[in-house]
Amino acid sequence: MGWACLEIDAAMSLLEIRDVSLAFGGVKALTGVSLAVEEGTVTSVIGPNGAGKTSLYNVISGFYRPQSGAVAFAGADITLVKANRRAALGMARTFQNIALFRGLTVLDNIKLGAHHYLKSGVLPAAWYIGSAAREEAQLRGKIERDIVDLLHLADFRDAPVSALSYGLQKRVELARALAMRPKLLMLDEPVAGMNREEKEDMARYILDVREEWGVTVLLIEHDMGMVMDLSDQIHVLNFGQKLSSGTPDQVRADPAVIEAYLGEG
Amino acid sequence: MNLFIEYSMVGIASGGMYALMALGFVLVFKGTGVFNFAQGELMMLGAYIFLSVNQLAGLHWSIALLATVLFALLTGVLIERTVLRALAGQPLLSIVMATVGLGLVLKGAAGLIWGQEQRTLPELVPRKPIFIGDILIPGAVFWSFVISMAVIAACLLYFRFTRGGVTMRAAASSQVNAYAVGINVPVISALTWGLAAAAGGFAGVLLAAINNLTPHLGDLALSVLAVLIVGGLDSLAGVIVGGLIIGWLQSMTGAYLGGQYREIMPFIVVLAVLLVRPHGLFGRKEIERI
Ligand SMILES: Nc1ncnc2c1ncn2[C@@H]1O[C@H](COP(=O)(O)OP(=O)(O)OP(=O)(O)O)[C@@H](O)[C@H]1O
Ligand SMILES: [Mg+2]
Repeated sequence: MGWACLEIDAAMSLLEIRDVSLAFGGVKALTGVSLAVEEGTVTSVIGPNGAGKTSLYNVISGFYRPQSGAVAFAGADITLVKANRRAALGMARTFQNIALFRGLTVLDNIKLGAHHYLKSGVLPAAWYIGSAAREEAQLRGKIERDIVDLLHLADFRDAPVSALSYGLQKRVELARALAMRPKLLMLDEPVAGMNREEKEDMARYILDVREEWGVTVLLIEHDMGMVMDLSDQIHVLNFGQKLSSGTPDQVRADPAVIEAYLGEG
Repeated sequence: MNLFIEYSMVGIASGGMYALMALGFVLVFKGTGVFNFAQGELMMLGAYIFLSVNQLAGLHWSIALLATVLFALLTGVLIERTVLRALAGQPLLSIVMATVGLGLVLKGAAGLIWGQEQRTLPELVPRKPIFIGDILIPGAVFWSFVISMAVIAACLLYFRFTRGGVTMRAAASSQVNAYAVGINVPVISALTWGLAAAAGGFAGVLLAAINNLTPHLGDLALSVLAVLIVGGLDSLAGVIVGGLIIGWLQSMTGAYLGGQYREIMPFIVVLAVLLVRPHGLFGRKEIERI
């Protein structure tokens, strides 16, 4: 797909969705959606329930293959790249419904985020020898310093994740995504179901992470206050189609957006 | 009272072997959600491989055991790569039926290759009885208990502390999640089947060394169903508990009710367990949604 790469202009975006369509039988989840995410920004995808936001994430992270259209990441066409290979390219995501490895501890969950860049493969690591053990120790130290402390998870590091409160589980999911050292961090409703204080914490963590790590953040969120506060750029989906794009102010003033949100009643 | 203690000890010790036999079922079920009805035949196959390498090729039993475990490992990987891959996305029942078919094929093939007659493996475990106080435990029972527990403990440690083990647990816990962090789930599934088959091959050698070897050795594995249901299909610790309980129960039944009830007692208990905890054999957790 050489020609597809040439199409991307020099000042390229980190992520580009080009004319993506996805249907489940008769249900059109996405229809001709195009959008770009610029490096270093917080970019949000909003829209009413069922608009296709999560489906878009699943296309980006490779769980669903679109019937047409392309996804380009860091300048390369990745439309056909397998889901588990995209982690190594620099994508990490959290899920709308908490998706942690139940039965594993907080630290094990976070460490699994590093799976794709540990050099010792699973087999030598299986026997836990030599360099694999050293790499493991280094990783543990690094994760403790950089992530567990940043997200204030130190007190819970050895607890099984299922024992944690909902808000903390969401935070562990963020920590695991960070352990993947992503270029693009995709969050699917990170503050859904949280109380006000937890929401504020999460918003602060997201900003901290962007500040300290320079990660580009893609955000799906229904909490409009948070979206307007954090976003540099917003894309609005409705019934699987892109309705509007722009800065928070532009989107807020767009009559089509107002109608979609108020019109659904 | 002394008799009670003696039968209890012997029963519990013989439960160790049940636990080891159940291990392979649990590994595959936990890792890939499939109940592998061919697990017993993998045990039988392992025992024959051991026999061939040890007696026909004349190699030391330790080499034969190593060869058996490696061969079983590869067989497990191969089964996952072919049968399971081909059926990916099919209803669970089709996959489980395919393992039933696979078991029959393996049994038939073993009969063709090695014949139906009874074979005897060398005595791998000392027969000399062990005395604990004045309680006598047959040597085979005692040592198979020790070996079984050691193997299961090694598995537990492996899954708890090594990255390979944690990765397998992660893939078992949520495939979507595993993909998302970059785990190559198909490779992990194949390794899981390999590990389960290796555990089966090892159990088969031990079992055949204590009893005898025919192509029907694998039928014994179904007696482990009771262990699996009591212990829970996806719990390694449950396998130990279930194995020991069933072993004890059989011993008690044999001692106080008579040998003819030994085989049915575990299943009466299973029925009772199922009545209380109805998500029995194929009871799965909720379906994942991303
Ligand atoms: N795996 C699937 N199979 C069938 N239909 C699906 C599947 N996933 C999503 N859909 C459908 O696609 C449409 C878009 O769903 P999606 O989950 O992307 O919406 P969303 O914008 O994330 O909504 P919400 O805000 O409620 O999370 C919906 O009609 C949904 O029912
Ligand atoms: Mg959604």
